[in-house]
Amino acid sequence: MSGWPSPPPYNLVGKHGVSPTFKHDDIARFNFLAQLNTHLAATVVPANATAYEKRVKPAFVAEHGREPTDRHEVRRAMLKDAHFQIWSALRRSSMELRQQNGREVVLRQLAALNQKAAALNRNSPQLKLDPTFVPPAYVSKVDFHCMPGGYVGELLPDDVGAAANYDIGIFATTAGGLGCYNDGAGLAVYEWLKKRCAGEMPKRILDMGCGPGHTITALAKHLPNTEFVTVDVAAPMLRFAHARAKSLGVNNITFIQANAENVPEPDASFDVVYTTIMLHETSNLAIRKIMAETYRLLKPGGLSFHLEQPQYAGLPPFEAFMRDWDSLYNNEPFWTGMHDLDIDQLMADAGYDRANMFQDRAVGVLDEAIFGKQKDTGEDFGRKAAWHLFGVTK
Amino acid sequence: MTTIQADNFDWIPLTGAKPSGKRPYFFDDPAVERVLAITMAVAQEVAVIRERLDTVERLLEKNGSITRADIDTYAPDPASATERAEWQRMYIARVLRIVQQEIEAMSKPENNVDIEAQAEDLKRN
Repeated sequence: MSGWPSPPPYNLVGKHGVSPTFKHDDIARFNFLAQLNTHLAATVVPANATAYEKRVKPAFVAEHGREPTDRHEVRRAMLKDAHFQIWSALRRSSMELRQQNGREVVLRQLAALNQKAAALNRNSPQLKLDPTFVPPAYVSKVDFHCMPGGYVGELLPDDVGAAANYDIGIFATTAGGLGCYNDGAGLAVYEWLKKRCAGEMPKRILDMGCGPGHTITALAKHLPNTEFVTVDVAAPMLRFAHARAKSLGVNNITFIQANAENVPEPDASFDVVYTTIMLHETSNLAIRKIMAETYRLLKPGGLSFHLEQPQYAGLPPFEAFMRDWDSLYNNEPFWTGMHDLDIDQLMADAGYDRANMFQDRAVGVLDEAIFGKQKDTGEDFGRKAAWHLFGVTK
Repeated sequence: MTTIQADNFDWIPLTGAKPSGKRPYFFDDPAVERVLAITMAVAQEVAVIRERLDTVERLLEKNGSITRADIDTYAPDPASATERAEWQRMYIARVLRIVQQEIEAMSKPENNVDIEAQAEDLKRN
């Protein structure tokens, strides 16, 4: 074991060339939040099941003569329950505290941070911004996970603030579970690809929706002989992700401002096209266009995959309801609709053959710097970064 | 995208800006939610003051005197981090005690006898 407590102290967060400077109290605020979120997850969240079984379901049955049949009925009933109310209010409050804490650190030094990024980005052929680009309504109408300004908002010239704030908060909200450099998903994809590709790694990979660049940078670092391209709709994310990757010595990624629905790259030009935890931040029409783009962009025999949480079909209504909380209450409005879609059908509509579709798990590796050496028991201790993977070959 | 100049940039009100999208309220009376959000912000600041005091104590114990720069660059070793985390854990358990007690009341109704009913029962038996 590493000897660090859970949650680990925020001092352990990884620093890079566009990290803001932290003061003592900034770190203490994130330590408080990590501990609060850990407490809520361990003791307050599980009691929702108790409230449902002991109070909410019996009351529903008494009124309707049957149990709730879907998550929407569960939700409408749970909204009247005192425990669900206090948990939800605390969780929402924790999200809002997290945003203010992160923005305090970033905004008070925003001009300096923007300059640091600009110095790393200057004249780089690997950062292609489009000043005429208009972000789609599905990213500009509601600010995802309560980030004021969302991914695309800019306050000062050459702004990287939204990405810097996103970057610094993850270590606190996940209690270090994605690693010092938030590279848990990137490492999960790397480990999964290694097994899948059995030695012959892809030459050219497209990542759709890189955000602050945690996932693609970790993956590209482990595949130095692969050429990476990524598209994102948000200039602040691309500026930050490019500068961050450069400062970490990762140089094999080209960052392009474009919509994943319409990628400025030729047909059949990639061996792999993937998204990580991105499809749920699009829309019903967009996700279909994105699937079609993956098909157009892949070489014959190429591989496409998407990391998300599992779909709701077949889940007990209460579990689907709990998994759906963020959609309505943490500003993820397509989360709920996306998790009802038949992903295989979307892939089939995009041109893929059903025989080439598969589903899998991608599991991150806990950061040894925080958690020490872990025995691989294959078991989820509730801290593991793990995702459902929808895959297909062309 | 409209941006403003750095010298006109009052960042403090922007830290707490409202995100786009209507805020959900969970309690029957929204005033309860308002007070809870204020209480949690204050609770956070108490934790911050306590952690700062702990840092000052540890630095003084080790070095005899300190500067504010020492406080900002302080990084606890695993043993100190564990002690600080344990204090935080107790602190949050203290602040959210009523939530714990409500969960216990719900989970173990047999331990949740109505006191008035018990008083009446004891008068008779």
